[in-house]
Amino acid sequence: MASFVPSSVTLRTTLGLVALALLLLPFADIEITTVAPWRELGRLLQGLLTPDFTELDDLGTALLRTLAFAFTGVALGVAIGGLLALVFHHRLVRAGCAFVRAIHELFWALIFLQFFGLHPLTGVLAIALPYAGVFAKVYAEILDEADPLPKQVLPAGTGMLSTFLFARVPDAWPHLVSYTAYRLECGLRSSAVLGFIGMPTLGFYLQSSFAQGHYSEVGALLLLFYGLIATLRLWARPQLVPLYAVAAPFLLGSGLPIVWGNLTRFFTQDIVPAPLRNGEGWAALGQWLSDLLLTQALPGLWTTVVLTQIALVLTGGLALIAFPLISRHFTSRAGGVAGHTLLVVARSTPEYLLAYVLLQLWGPSMLPAIVALAIHNGGIIGHLVGRRSNELTLRPDASRGMNRYAFEVLPRLYGPFLALLFYRWEIIMRETAILGILGIATLGFYVDSAIQELRFDRALVLIVITALLNIGVDSLARALRRRLRLKHAASSEP
Amino acid sequence: MLKDKLRHLTLALLLLAPIATAAEPLVFTAIPDQDETRLRERFEKVADYLAEELDREVRFVPVKSYAAAVTAFRNNQVQLAWFGGLSGVQARQLVPGSEALAQGVEDAEFRTYFIAHRSAGLAPSDRLPKGLEGLTFTFGSKGSTSGRLMPEYYLRQRFDAPPSEIFDRVGFSGNHTRTIALVESGTYQAGALNYSVWESEVEAGRVDTDAVQVIWKTPPYADYQWTIRGDVDERFGDGFKRRIREALLNMKNPELLESFPREGFIPASNADYATIRETAQALDLID
Repeated sequence: MASFVPSSVTLRTTLGLVALALLLLPFADIEITTVAPWRELGRLLQGLLTPDFTELDDLGTALLRTLAFAFTGVALGVAIGGLLALVFHHRLVRAGCAFVRAIHELFWALIFLQFFGLHPLTGVLAIALPYAGVFAKVYAEILDEADPLPKQVLPAGTGMLSTFLFARVPDAWPHLVSYTAYRLECGLRSSAVLGFIGMPTLGFYLQSSFAQGHYSEVGALLLLFYGLIATLRLWARPQLVPLYAVAAPFLLGSGLPIVWGNLTRFFTQDIVPAPLRNGEGWAALGQWLSDLLLTQALPGLWTTVVLTQIALVLTGGLALIAFPLISRHFTSRAGGVAGHTLLVVARSTPEYLLAYVLLQLWGPSMLPAIVALAIHNGGIIGHLVGRRSNELTLRPDASRGMNRYAFEVLPRLYGPFLALLFYRWEIIMRETAILGILGIATLGFYVDSAIQELRFDRALVLIVITALLNIGVDSLARALRRRLRLKHAASSEP
Repeated sequence: MLKDKLRHLTLALLLLAPIATAAEPLVFTAIPDQDETRLRERFEKVADYLAEELDREVRFVPVKSYAAAVTAFRNNQVQLAWFGGLSGVQARQLVPGSEALAQGVEDAEFRTYFIAHRSAGLAPSDRLPKGLEGLTFTFGSKGSTSGRLMPEYYLRQRFDAPPSEIFDRVGFSGNHTRTIALVESGTYQAGALNYSVWESEVEAGRVDTDAVQVIWKTPPYADYQWTIRGDVDERFGDGFKRRIREALLNMKNPELLESFPREGFIPASNADYATIRETAQALDLID
């Protein structure tokens, strides 16, 4: 890997992001307001340290379902995304993929819940659809980056399919596999989180146990989940994965039967703006729309941006502190295991739970959400940068400790680090949505309110605005990456 | 060509759909207003009771939000539901022909309790204390009657302002049990919840009453009720609705009633919830 020397552009961009976050800080509500958090936190800690596996029947099923939803959803996403990757140069495909992946899995699930109800299809599609959008993009990028030489030396008249299979895929194959494996881990997280809205995965039990303060059960569920993620490489062997994917659809459980009439109703009534549905005419629609934009969309947009920018900078800071924990240039073997464990915990604990725990500690403000997002995403980027650092070879007489970090390793990794952070930017913004639950009025908060009020017309407008915002941030990040000439390395994209 | 395909698809779907519904169990749900384990125990007992009375398989399906309960009812994936005042009004508005069957004795005169952490320095009072202004405050679920609709109504009446302007910060705890926990720990200085949950939690000794106390009780209003879809007679046979109503009204098993907790069930009608509907319209929670 080429070494990377931070140029002044990189420095300016970094300082610019930090300055923007500092500028927004006065607008963010980060006050600490709790009175007596220790009783509840003490119970939480005690629960986590004394996990209770006695409800193992339920836990086993939940684990199985988590795997089944993840594998089915990701496999479907791979299939659809793989096909779309072949026609990704079409603008329509590109835009469509950008749109579906700009909407959080939880929102997709809430939409499907309206017409498929509590049927496995809701959960499977909620994973498959946004993942297909991601796979299409990343697969297309990986294929584009494949070595063009084999293709150039093919005899004239070689068929398109043969060219594709024999000249492009072989070189790209390892990258395709490693990226797909990485997304499988994300799929497991998504699958677990879908339990929060009623799918029968780990999140279902996690949410109930947590809401009820049964912290020993929470401890057991989290340990199971950490174990699942930490051992992923051991049981998800490339040759076994197709087998899992074939078995998974049969293990989703039955849920409740779908009533197909609901599908028509959703598209012909539910999402039609209320003034049109009630025949109040276009003027009323204008009023409805401007009310929605002024009282919900705009304030939500502002809060989302403030939260995202501050969380982004904190995420970057945490990742830079965290990656040495798993880097062989800084830790012993034992230290590395501890570091890995810590990062697995950081990236596998759903942000929602982190935020809730921090809420107990600091009281209701933006602070718990900012820190929760930073811990989760910092854990992921730290993990990826740490892995990258292990590929570096240092001179035998390289300096040690702080000097090694600041003058040997960091300069070489700063580029990839920044690239990962920019990839994560849009994801952090998407995740602010789930934190609406803490009363932080992000766009996600208003979407959730609209859905709780069963006003899908409003929810849809707000979801589309959220998606456009995410697409905007994504293109900004891409432009920045290009300007900084950050090596693409799509295969390690989070 | 396309038409043919569509027809085939429809046919296939039609053939698939009945497989799952062949046994035709009665499926019901309930709003997740408090501890899920307790709700599950309670409603599984209710399912057994109804199965015996109706001589039919009865299944309880837990859901994660008030809206999900209404949606399942609207989508005909459940035919009967234990709703709150507001969710019942929403559901009946969305499903023409559905009706409120029965309510708990207590539900005819339900109340919301406003609670506060001691450190907020508010004393129990006959009127909603002005001292709430500028505190942090948590409702229950966004779709709750006793945890959102009614407290917001009385707050607006007293302060002539929306909650976001009255309070320093406003949260939604998710359910009533959680509201107690959050105010007890001082995470929020005050909150509002279902009086019945408060009283049963206090009685069970699960509340630190040195840390949190009731500061105001709302006037009574109509709340929880069993609501049923209008098309159940067609689906399950004539007189099915009547039989369910009778079964609910005849629920006498003390252990079962204790789990709600309700003294017993009395007849209810859609008209009993007209005030709730008007209040929800006034707060722009329904159209």
